[in-house]
Amino acid sequence: MHGLINRAVQAFVISTYGDKRWGEIMDDSELGFSEFEAMLVYPEDQSSRMLRALERNLQRPLAEILEDVGTFLVSNPQVEALRRLLRFGGVNYVEFLHSLDDLPDRARLAVSDLHLPGLELIEQAPGQFDLLCQPGVQGYAQVMTGVLRAMADDYGALVILDQSGTRDGADVISITLIESEFAEGRAFDLGAHSL
Amino acid sequence: MMTFDDLAGLASQVCPMHVMIDAEGTVTSHGPTLLKLCDGDDWKGKSFFDVLDLQRPRWVKTISDLLETAGCKLHFQLREAPHTRMKGVLVPLPDGQGAFINLSFGISVLDAVRDFNLTSQDFSPTDLTIEMLYLVEAKSAAMEASRQLNLRLQGAKIAAEEQAFTDTLTGLKNRRAMDHVLNRLISGGRDFALMHVDLDFFKSVNDTFGHAAGDTVLQRVAAIMVDCTRKFDTVARIGGDEFVLVFEGLMDRNRLQDLARRLITRLEEPIMYGVDECRISASAGTTLSTELASPDPAALLHQADVALYAAKRAGRAQHMFYAPGLEAEMVEHDTKSA
Repeated sequence: MHGLINRAVQAFVISTYGDKRWGEIMDDSELGFSEFEAMLVYPEDQSSRMLRALERNLQRPLAEILEDVGTFLVSNPQVEALRRLLRFGGVNYVEFLHSLDDLPDRARLAVSDLHLPGLELIEQAPGQFDLLCQPGVQGYAQVMTGVLRAMADDYGALVILDQSGTRDGADVISITLIESEFAEGRAFDLGAHSL
Repeated sequence: MMTFDDLAGLASQVCPMHVMIDAEGTVTSHGPTLLKLCDGDDWKGKSFFDVLDLQRPRWVKTISDLLETAGCKLHFQLREAPHTRMKGVLVPLPDGQGAFINLSFGISVLDAVRDFNLTSQDFSPTDLTIEMLYLVEAKSAAMEASRQLNLRLQGAKIAAEEQAFTDTLTGLKNRRAMDHVLNRLISGGRDFALMHVDLDFFKSVNDTFGHAAGDTVLQRVAAIMVDCTRKFDTVARIGGDEFVLVFEGLMDRNRLQDLARRLITRLEEPIMYGVDECRISASAGTTLSTELASPDPAALLHQADVALYAAKRAGRAQHMFYAPGLEAEMVEHDTKSA
């Protein structure tokens, strides 16, 4: 799995539970190193061992932890860059949802060896969407659920999210948009960053 | 029939940075994004050249010149601060009614977005500017991550080099390794001879033939030293052209003298660097660990150094053993020459 994904989990654990916890998890994983590098690619089984150790250590279901990782990726100031990149997807939540089809391509534009599984948004009815997450990265749908939830807050939209099983091998997240301008949302300036 | 207002309305959707001028060069209408550039002072009714300075092509001096540029790439700069540069293209309107000019920020878009607080609504949905901004940010973030990785790797490399015992150029032991060997021998109560060898004329090889030639010479020197010593002796390069040889259990002065002589003779053989013939020599000073009741590395190195100094003074290509009187002679000599 790409180092960026492993590193995201690492950043989440350190920021939420502290360095010591992360050290324990990596010791338990028996990988022989204590930190993932964002720009290197790691074999699948190393990531799996880390995730299993994570679940054992935190004593919470992995799905739940991964959803928190997704939320962390969007809402934590440490990873502001990612939130900004996602906000480029559209000016409101619905536009953002539609931009998800392009997310794997956008990710690859930024980091050419980062291959994310495909995403497909299907509009069932006005305000009612299904997001199909193709298989390929363990816990992808759970992380995406967290991302979608945090992005709704970011845009100030009120949504209900539900992981509603699988369809043709793809995990389905159903999204119900109750109100697109429920709250103020966070500001987004195109040129806010000094580049 | 389409009116100017219709055209302006249509253009505002598709080209939010367009300007329309009449035949005299007065701005008659413009797209909504440009409103953000004029800081409340609408361009409408102003002379086009009062708002924008045309920088290229240079032959354009008047409005009628400008109307001749149809289809060419135009370079503008805002007359007011922040003097943003823009690109443009002009199309004349029918029947001499003026012209339609579409503007773009070009590469200065990154600054423009900040300076004028532009949002995605300020660009046409088909404009790739937002994608470009996304890419610039994504690449900056990825580059930053790569830079961090490079810094960490660089740090790790330096640490590894510091811990390493090998001189990377010659493959000999380095100073750290030599310290390690000396400490091990002393703490194990072993006797040994310590020879300090310094190359002569090496600097002139470097100066005459360059550093690559110097490196070749050092590698050749290293090979000769390894060749002239036993397998379990230690040969270390401890400085640019300084070497230390440690001979465990070899306390026979005659044999050491022979060895040093043979080494110096071999080092005096010309070393070829391409077609150039590099000639060096060496001086050497040796001390025995038995010279000191309780040997210590720094003191032994100092003794070998004193002997080396004496050898140099005796005329190059010499080998000398340390003797207790040498330090005094050295001081005396220094006082005389000073």
